[in-house]
Amino acid sequence: MKLADKKRLLREMLFARRFEERCYEAYVERNIGGFLHLYPGEEACAHGVLEAADFDNDYVITSYRDHVHAIKWGADPRKVMAELYAKETGVSKGRGGSMHIFDVKNRFMGGYALVGGPFPLAAGIAKAIQMKQGKEICICFLGDAANNQGTFHESMNMAKLWNLPVLYVCENNLYGIGTRIDRSTAVVDQYKRVSAYNIPSAQEDGQDVEKVYKAATKAINHVRSGKGPYFIELMTYRYRGHSMSDSNAYRARAEERMWSKRDPIIMLRDRLIEDGHLTKKDYTDMDTEILDEIENEVIVFASESPEPHVSDVERYVLAENDPWVRGGVQ
Amino acid sequence: MGQGRGAVMAELMFWEAVRRAHDEELSNDPMVLVMGEDVGVVGGTYKATLGLYDKYGEDRVIDTPISENGFTGLGIGASFIGARPIIEIMSVNFAWLAMDQIFNTAAKVRYMSGGQLEAPVVIRSPGGTAHQLGSQHSARMEKVFMGIAGLRVVTPSNPRQAYGLLKSAVRCNDPVFINEHELMYNMKGEVPEEDYFHPLEGSEIVRPGRDVTLFGYNISVHWCLQAAELLSRHHGIEAEVIDLYALSPLDRSGIRDSVTRTHRAVIVEEAEPMVGVGAEVMAIINEECFYELDAAPVRVSALNVPIPYNHSLEKTALPDANDVVEAVRSMFGV
Ligand SMILES: Cc1ncc(C[n+]2csc(CCOP(=O)(O)OP(=O)(O)O)c2C)c(N)n1
Ligand SMILES: [Mg+2]
Repeated sequence: MKLADKKRLLREMLFARRFEERCYEAYVERNIGGFLHLYPGEEACAHGVLEAADFDNDYVITSYRDHVHAIKWGADPRKVMAELYAKETGVSKGRGGSMHIFDVKNRFMGGYALVGGPFPLAAGIAKAIQMKQGKEICICFLGDAANNQGTFHESMNMAKLWNLPVLYVCENNLYGIGTRIDRSTAVVDQYKRVSAYNIPSAQEDGQDVEKVYKAATKAINHVRSGKGPYFIELMTYRYRGHSMSDSNAYRARAEERMWSKRDPIIMLRDRLIEDGHLTKKDYTDMDTEILDEIENEVIVFASESPEPHVSDVERYVLAENDPWVRGGVQ
Repeated sequence: MGQGRGAVMAELMFWEAVRRAHDEELSNDPMVLVMGEDVGVVGGTYKATLGLYDKYGEDRVIDTPISENGFTGLGIGASFIGARPIIEIMSVNFAWLAMDQIFNTAAKVRYMSGGQLEAPVVIRSPGGTAHQLGSQHSARMEKVFMGIAGLRVVTPSNPRQAYGLLKSAVRCNDPVFINEHELMYNMKGEVPEEDYFHPLEGSEIVRPGRDVTLFGYNISVHWCLQAAELLSRHHGIEAEVIDLYALSPLDRSGIRDSVTRTHRAVIVEEAEPMVGVGAEVMAIINEECFYELDAAPVRVSALNVPIPYNHSLEKTALPDANDVVEAVRSMFGV
């Protein structure tokens, strides 16, 4: 990876961290409602994988923990925040909320709230790509606990059976809400589970963005070359509770401390400093700049944007003026 | 693109009409695909895709694994970026397993994305109760589908509708559930020889009458027609029969107009009465034309039981034309 790209990734990950922390505050201030699932600790997963993807062509789909994936895939952070603020200017026009960030013009195909729901949707997007004989692929990010859904097995089977161009990325943060993986899952190493479907897979350190990038590059090359699906398991950790309503009481402090020593942003920062490519001051300047941007642009845009008109509540239920509803008659 | 009236007609069986719609839509658009259990090599449990595997290939007429939620979700995902999948669920009873993807994704994705994404899938399935298939193969689920915003529900009562509704459903940009009936695939009827697209909304007056309206859909339209004949012949009661081929959205103005003409209503449904088509049509009558009524509306429904295997019990559990006649007689006190 080029030095300039590493520096950019450091900035992007720090931005993602500060964005999510600001969401936390906005939730406490009651500017954000509903369920809010934050990403701090896991930044290297989305950034490393998507850095290796084709930004102009590939499709991305994920779960409810979706803000950072959307931003990395081109969504305007101001519009993502406006969505969380339930504003008409939000990416999903205030109809979606935190768990349903969509930015279809960038092929960000959405965040979905049903655990395991996107597995078959991703396979379907890959099926349509295959029908169009495209070179693009679909990348699906989901959690470790999602792999215990039937859709996981159904989709792995079909993806391999029909050799679909889909990359499944398992962000293994060791918990499904408060249930630790070994208490819910017979096979703890998730990458092993897809061998039942003859899908090649890898397990990688999800805290080291360069390693993630390398593993993802290999996986994406495999999928893009027409060899069918691939599965990557990234070992990671979320710093906060599952969502804002989670006290996080079920995790040992020692475990949390251990993971905080492997912070993806600090690890990359320190490496750049050690190699003489960055100074501590560069980093704090970068941080100040990001905090300013979030406060003065992102939050201001979200707070000052209008809410949807109540009279529009029935829009987007069905297609508007679809002639086939009348049997093709205009 | 005609309305099928005055057109040259061909007599087809219901399954042939469904098959022809598949064939034409597959040939019209390379992004149309059919998927489901045994739709390919076998040609469909009810022959709805017979011969199409050979004609269009295994990538477009796809035999799926027995993974209802999985393959329905796959079809929905494909529809996000231009595919037009027609998903066959072998029997509506198995659609329960796909409810997650149908309700949580197909019906909601347009709304929760603020109009950015749509899921133009067609999901078709034989519903209704055939003979002695037992409780787990006799569900009538139209009431479940029609209760969900964001989904269109249609249910053909004859081959012409089966053909035209499927063709419109494939081209429409909304997800459409088509409720067919296991007992109706061999029914014969006239189908226009050229392309015909049936509207996905509205209702049809299949027999005009002045004294009472019988509302039916799918198989119960036929019970209503038989009952109307008996009522006319034996009791001098002229019943109007309305075919509610669109269950969601329901044709509020069609319902109102008919009740305004006849001032009486009987709703005939094959399903249990609870939270069903009858209840919904009654609510619409209340809301739209309560003061037009000369008698309280009545519904003729199945009993509120799982469908039994025993022939006599099964027959007792389900409504038929005689039940419709009796309901009308007691409404008129004759
Ligand atoms: C079908 C379904 N069941 C249960 C839930 C409630 N739920 C939301 S997230 C979650 C845990 C998922 O954990 P994982 O897949 O590991 O993802 P993570 O949140 O750790 O990123 C559960 C049980 C849900 N949203 N959907
Ligand atoms: Mg998890």
